[in-house]
Amino acid sequence: MKLMIEKRIEALGVYVLDVLEGLGEFTNFTFKTMFWTFRPPYRFKLLFEQIYFIGNKSVFIIFLTSSFTGAVFAYQIYVGMKVINADSFIGPLVTIALSKELAPVLSGLVVAGRCGAAMAAQIGSMKVTEQIDALEVMGINSYQYLAVPRILGATFSLPLLSAIFLMIGYGGAWLIGTKVLLIDEVTFSSKISDFMELGMVTEGIIKATVFGFLIGVIGTYQGFNVTGGAEGVGKGTNMAVVWGMITVLVVDFFLTSFLTKIL
Amino acid sequence: MSDYSIEFKNLVKIFGQSTILDNLNFGIHKNKITTILGFSGAGKTTLMKHILGLTMPTSGDVLVLGTAINHLDELALREFRRNFGMVFQYAALFDFLTSFENVAFPLREFTKMSEEQIQEKVLKLLDSVGISREAAYRLPSELSGGMRKRVGLARGLALDPHIMLYDEPTSGLDPITTHMVYDLMRDTHYNNVHHGFTSVIISHDIHATLKYSDYIVFMEKGRVVEHLDVESFKKSENPVIRRFLEL
Repeated sequence: MKLMIEKRIEALGVYVLDVLEGLGEFTNFTFKTMFWTFRPPYRFKLLFEQIYFIGNKSVFIIFLTSSFTGAVFAYQIYVGMKVINADSFIGPLVTIALSKELAPVLSGLVVAGRCGAAMAAQIGSMKVTEQIDALEVMGINSYQYLAVPRILGATFSLPLLSAIFLMIGYGGAWLIGTKVLLIDEVTFSSKISDFMELGMVTEGIIKATVFGFLIGVIGTYQGFNVTGGAEGVGKGTNMAVVWGMITVLVVDFFLTSFLTKIL
Repeated sequence: MSDYSIEFKNLVKIFGQSTILDNLNFGIHKNKITTILGFSGAGKTTLMKHILGLTMPTSGDVLVLGTAINHLDELALREFRRNFGMVFQYAALFDFLTSFENVAFPLREFTKMSEEQIQEKVLKLLDSVGISREAAYRLPSELSGGMRKRVGLARGLALDPHIMLYDEPTSGLDPITTHMVYDLMRDTHYNNVHHGFTSVIISHDIHATLKYSDYIVFMEKGRVVEHLDVESFKKSENPVIRRFLEL
């Protein structure tokens, strides 16, 4: 019995040490990439390529996600609000929810799934085929060449995608609200300006920027830490998606608590 | 002036509880082809990583072209690495770039050459390793293993390095292509030796090594068992080497 308890405590200790080591490596990686962000050469071409890949190439999936999210959200609120005869509040409610929460969080989840995975897979396969070593042997900093453009690309793209999400989501809600649920068009829109504040939009933009940065760091970190062959790349890709999504949701909670107080 | 391009002085590398390189003291001759030979796990690849400054010694020094590279700061080390060209085991070509772009990559990164000059130099390099114009614009995935190695060699030569490193350059190649690649490596060496060019090959292909090398360093369990010219190596009475030679 005593031996079993000792073994369990030992296993717990090993797990805690592993977690701490992982956190330390992740923090080290984050600072290293931030350091190389501000050092020349500045690779604008690579940055624009990443903004195109993360931003432009995600627009369609954001369009689909946001339009249906807005439409469903309008429906659900209508059902609740109809009971208390407050269906005219659907417009502001949808807009507030989209701008503060749904747009940054759902855009973050979409980008974590689509681009976080791609970052880990691209960098991971370069790692296992010695392409990263080839960069280093040439004297090129692989963090600066591979990680920095991807992290900055995600950081710049996600607020823009979030803004698109907000607009399209509102459009979806407006269509359902006015054309299906037959709420008066003026009523649907008029109350938005009474309830919306600049701080709500700012909150969404700040959240999206932070999520973009974290998704970029997690995706590239997982790529650089791939070991073994194809199996390792698959594992790294999976970890990038899982940790990217979890991080978006967890950090959203803390950001909401903090930003609601200051904005 | 030293006769060596690369010198190891009391070099020790320990990973955890294992001693990977055990007090190495030897030099790699300037302008010669030296092959580092040994069984798997002998420490050959770790030694190559020390030459490139990708791994730092636990103790001791690595002198490359007279500079102790383990004492350079990161930026100076990156700058210094431009003295090296390297051909990787599986070529390690950037899979998102064509052969042409792969060879042009270091020129675009580190020189101020115009696009016309780059085009001229890249095509000349690809031509010298036997890559056709048509293959120059193909992606690495569309090339055979031998062609990838040749493009890798052209890329390694792009910045006119002083030291060319080959990590198991013929792994996965058929015997005919293996000898073609070795012929190419030898030709490359002698075409460049006039401006100071040292070739270091990591291998366990004993037959090719005896045919193409000037010097052989034989390693076992992190130590240098023998460091001899090829003719002396063939006559070595060391039982480990005799076993290797009789394979």
